[in-house]
Amino acid sequence: MSSASRNSGPTRTEYLKAFRVMLAARILEEKLASLYRAGFIKGGVFLGRGQEALSVSVGIHLHKGDIFAPLIRDQAGRMAFGDTILDTLRTYLGSQLGSMRGRDGNIHRGRPAEGYYAMISHLGAMVSTVAGALLARRMRGETGVVGATCIGDGGTSTGAFHEGLNVAAVEKLPLVVVVANNQYAYSTPNSRQFACKDLLDKAAGYGVTGHHVDGTDLGECLRVVGGAIRAAREGGGPQMVVGELLRLVGHGEHDPGLYVDPKLRTSPLGRDCVRVAEDFVLEQKWATAEEIAAWKTEVKNEVDDTALRVRREPTPDPAEEEWRAISELHLQDHFADA
Amino acid sequence: MITYLEALNAAMDKLLADDPRVFIYGQDVGAFGGAFKATLGLKEKYPDRVLDAPISEDAIVGVAIGAAIEGMRPIVEMQFADFSTCGFNQIVNHAGTLFYRTEVPCPIVVRLPSGGTPGGGPFHSQSMEALYATYPGLIVMTPGTVEDAYSMLIEAVALDDPVLFCEHKFLYNHLKAEKLPTECLPAGKARIARRGRDATIVTYSAMVHESLAAAEELVGEGYEIEIIDLRTVKPLDTDTVLASVARTGRLLCVSESWPWGGVAAEVIARVSAEGFALLDAPPQRLNAKDTPVPYHPDLWAAHRPTANTIANATRRLLQA
Ligand SMILES: Cc1ncc(C[n+]2csc(CCOP(=O)(O)OP(=O)(O)O)c2C)c(N)n1
Ligand SMILES: [Mg+2]
Repeated sequence: MSSASRNSGPTRTEYLKAFRVMLAARILEEKLASLYRAGFIKGGVFLGRGQEALSVSVGIHLHKGDIFAPLIRDQAGRMAFGDTILDTLRTYLGSQLGSMRGRDGNIHRGRPAEGYYAMISHLGAMVSTVAGALLARRMRGETGVVGATCIGDGGTSTGAFHEGLNVAAVEKLPLVVVVANNQYAYSTPNSRQFACKDLLDKAAGYGVTGHHVDGTDLGECLRVVGGAIRAAREGGGPQMVVGELLRLVGHGEHDPGLYVDPKLRTSPLGRDCVRVAEDFVLEQKWATAEEIAAWKTEVKNEVDDTALRVRREPTPDPAEEEWRAISELHLQDHFADA
Repeated sequence: MITYLEALNAAMDKLLADDPRVFIYGQDVGAFGGAFKATLGLKEKYPDRVLDAPISEDAIVGVAIGAAIEGMRPIVEMQFADFSTCGFNQIVNHAGTLFYRTEVPCPIVVRLPSGGTPGGGPFHSQSMEALYATYPGLIVMTPGTVEDAYSMLIEAVALDDPVLFCEHKFLYNHLKAEKLPTECLPAGKARIARRGRDATIVTYSAMVHESLAAAEELVGEGYEIEIIDLRTVKPLDTDTVLASVARTGRLLCVSESWPWGGVAAEVIARVSAEGFALLDAPPQRLNAKDTPVPYHPDLWAAHRPTANTIANATRRLLQA
């Protein structure tokens, strides 16, 4: 039994705080989907529907000064860590005022100077990067810092994931890797992705402490992920959490996800974590249906207003761009065709 | 009408049908038909030779190399060219050195869905032909027409050497032809895509079409521009390029890839060394800008060459 499993569950305040972030992420992502369908967002839109409970549990247990490298389906975790509706919309819509200034977009956003790392697409790459960040913090004498990163079942097949996990274990770094086992990597089911019975076997192989959680249950996610983050913070070395759930959307909004086994949709894995949490809140009488409806309306209004505002913001002007990829101005290479 | 993408699919279908040594390995290539649907329907027809791979690019290429040593003809699909960097070691250090070190050839084909599309961003847009061409032991194909997509993929599998097959995502559904070809130029031969007399544009892949559009624009100004489609960037058909420059006296090289050490630079180096006397003006190149490929469609459109910027560069060359 890992230490996380012994922790008690969240209080009403903690639960409701996390639940409201989930609602915000869900409503914002619905807006992103509609902006994509309307042609306002170019490229791809990749949503975290069904994964909000697991994701929010990561962001919400991190402190200012911690490091977070979220991945594809972490809108909820990002918002819990401080990302905003405004910057999300700016990044998707390519606003000049967003953190990525139109140079990168969608989920490839972050503010590394604030500990919020900007993922690259290449899966697994962030594991060692966060390990390195933690190594640096330790070298500088900082204690009590945690670094967390998220990944999918498919991402655990990359060499980068394995190398990163091993490095973190060798250095005994306070790294928490949260795996959303949503049963598919794009169209590929787990049966074609890995042959171990349990993804936590991969943690065991490197001497990393593992934790299981039902990813559809917010209370459990808060308890287990919170426990893993605490264990790392208290010097327990790297931790890996595997949340079992189902991706409730296509891989991206271009993909209807027809390959998903219908039996999984009706299994406990296919429960919608937002619905489950909402039912729990009502059952506990922690909020009334009217209060929840009001929270949703509040977010929806903010999302709609922000989207309108962002669509009027300046987009990057190619003529004004400096087309420079290095920071040392004097070492900028020049090409005649520029 | 058949698209560039359908031509790739038809080529793989024919290869699988004709040769039991051929198999396809890559992420989501099975029943799903691949991220771009290049392998759609093939799993049903050849269930044992179209295999979904884990997200393990290094292993995917390694598996292909091992299978090739044992006599198979693997075709690897990278989901995007950009992710081939995760299999880079196996490609350049293993596949690229095998024949030189052991005299055992390495007949693998690695398909790289390449090039930019609006909103693709830094990690789904790259053109990596120059990177692979810089390594010995690799053949690098860059088909720019539906016909070449089909015939060159068939040829790539027939070759005994490792082939990096750079297919352009922007052409997948945009480009259409009446029918599949029955014959084609051999690998390593460039094609004159348009006859002209005033200047030569040497290019390949999607930039062939931007260059053709630029040439059309310049007809209105009284210029006839010759366009060479390299088809294969390594080996590079220097003879066809030199023969064209001998006729026109002016050279512009256009590539969607980055400028430093690129295909355009290589063409100019060769023409300068072997055909300096043929040139009436300094040879020019037009590449993508030396930054990651930007996400915003407006930035992206300015980052890579387009018909408009190619026409402008050609005008400057003609006046030089
Ligand atoms: C190294 C690498 N190869 C391929 C891809 C293309 N790709 C993007 S997401 C994805 C599936 C990811 O599946 P999983 O890790 O399970 O995450 P999920 O999408 O299910 O959240 C793939 C193959 C990539 N991003 N990185
Ligand atoms: Mg998955």
